[in-house]
Amino acid sequence: MTTMTMREAISQALWEEMERDPDVFILGEEVGVWGGTYAVTKGFYDHFGADRVRDTPIAEAVIVGAAIGAAMAGLRPVAELMTINFAFSAMDHIVNEAAKMHYMFAGQMILPLVIRTVGGGGRQLAATHSQTPDAVFAHFPGLKVVAPGTPADAKGLLKASIRSNDPIFFIEHATLYQTRGEVPEGDYTIPIGKSIIQRQGKDVTIVTYSKMLEVSQKAADQLAKEGIEAEIIDLRTLRPLDMEPVIASFKKTNRAVIVEEGWLSYGVGAEISARIYEEAFDYVDAPIKRVAQKEVPLPYNRTLEQMALPQVADVINAVKEVL
Amino acid sequence: MEKSEYLKLFHEMVVIRRLEERAAELYQQGKIGGFLHLYIGQEAVCTGLISARQPVDRVITAYRDHGVAISCGLSAREVMAELLGKATGCSRGKGGSMHMADVSKNFWGGHAIVGAHLPIAVGLALADAYKSQPAVTICMFGDGATNIGYFHEALNLSKVWNLPVLWVCENNQYGMGTAVERASAVSEIRQKACGYRMPNDSVNGMDIIEVRETALRVLEEIRNGSGPQLLEINTYRFRGHSMGDPERYRKPEEVRKWEENDPIGIYQRYLIEHKIATEQELDEETSRAEAEIQDAVEFAEASPEPGAEELFAHIYSEA
Repeated sequence: MTTMTMREAISQALWEEMERDPDVFILGEEVGVWGGTYAVTKGFYDHFGADRVRDTPIAEAVIVGAAIGAAMAGLRPVAELMTINFAFSAMDHIVNEAAKMHYMFAGQMILPLVIRTVGGGGRQLAATHSQTPDAVFAHFPGLKVVAPGTPADAKGLLKASIRSNDPIFFIEHATLYQTRGEVPEGDYTIPIGKSIIQRQGKDVTIVTYSKMLEVSQKAADQLAKEGIEAEIIDLRTLRPLDMEPVIASFKKTNRAVIVEEGWLSYGVGAEISARIYEEAFDYVDAPIKRVAQKEVPLPYNRTLEQMALPQVADVINAVKEVL
Repeated sequence: MEKSEYLKLFHEMVVIRRLEERAAELYQQGKIGGFLHLYIGQEAVCTGLISARQPVDRVITAYRDHGVAISCGLSAREVMAELLGKATGCSRGKGGSMHMADVSKNFWGGHAIVGAHLPIAVGLALADAYKSQPAVTICMFGDGATNIGYFHEALNLSKVWNLPVLWVCENNQYGMGTAVERASAVSEIRQKACGYRMPNDSVNGMDIIEVRETALRVLEEIRNGSGPQLLEINTYRFRGHSMGDPERYRKPEEVRKWEENDPIGIYQRYLIEHKIATEQELDEETSRAEAEIQDAVEFAEASPEPGAEELFAHIYSEA
């Protein structure tokens, strides 16, 4: 194991896959000469050259569209959308083309495509640059949506995504890039579509992913001091959704809190809680609680922004309500 | 061209015409669902254009794709079966009229969101450039698609990256029911290529010989490194935008005037005047095409419906 940041883990995954397979290439805004706006592709342009690290105009539809076409023709593009908020400019290509192509032409079009993007609030970028609309993308059959919460998962899942023959929407979190964690040495992948127990506990099940894993872990640390043992399930992939560890944990704890950064309505929490009620109703000892973003466009002012985002205290309070 | 090649093109145009006429009948009988956009009147475009391609050249088009599918080498059987939603269709009945493809024939699909396949064409051409393949991507779209942002993003990037794309605007004068001059600031579509420093040309799309000869020249230029070019092919659809179009936006006289320039009639006269074929030979070719379509209809009607297992098949290529 080596300790590294999320940024380093993602960067390593990309670097290693590009070294491994000459069909892998990167395209996006400022990925090349600049080195990536989040410095994930720093040094790539000089090492791999302009053909494999392709700077594009600020034109998201053609970034994703070209990545789709290149994937159809047998390459393995990794398209970077500078933020998830800009993915809306490419929404048509993500949902009407990438997600549909394999099915609609009865398997003729293979799309080994990764769209890497960055979501999340908390950096005072205001309403248009701070969204966490992960659930929107997870709505579409045909896409796979991955959102890691640790450096080790980010590296293994990104490598698996690049090697996958399906279109993957890979969501990183803007405030996790500096987060450090242990990462296995050498080449490894983590299967897409597998949730995992990140922390063992017997009193309550916390279901979460991405940035909210960090928030939930802090909450669990404080709850542990009060003798409450929370079990944390990290979804890691939103579609296809792996409910097995969630249901197994819930059957043990009989209580659940779902923590997501996106808005409450129609969100990940709504889906998870519905599934628990459907699949484990007889095990329910308390109404399931959801912790999510307040239903406002995220404001710029730091205090207001933090009021809108889910906090450690919100998770603790929700856990205490279900106990 | 050899005589047989001239006749093959004639045959292909008649196959497309008859296929579309039969499709219209089957639609009215309720045997074809959804939308049905007919290619009648535009046959010289896909036939002339695609006859000029090399096998390595990729073709991608919009939703008016039945003729393009035939010109790319799909059989009338699998096209008709797809229209009827049958398991034997080129997309196993899951794509329908607007979503036909056969990757093995380098036909990368009918795409039904206006303009959305233009960025995809950039990627297809990028893959060939990346692998140093001497291939051109032929991307066909209607005049209506040149007003959406995708057109501009795609043309711009294809030029910035100097990709081997032939952008083909099939200008059939209307985007649905809106005439070009009511929707586009320039009604001569080829002018839009100038904004991207892109060589461009326009041809009479009712004349297959003109379409083919221009396409041969332009494809060769692109193959030799000219970068992307735009070709505007002026044509006209004799039928409505889709079935059930009341056609309030154009007068019957206008349609009749264009019908006098029927691309099949023009080609027929050309073949006879140039003594390439006799009227009798062309009649025989027409009969063969009609028999082929009759066979395709019978095949499609007799074909099985897709099984229930198809419903969940192909959502992903991997579990």
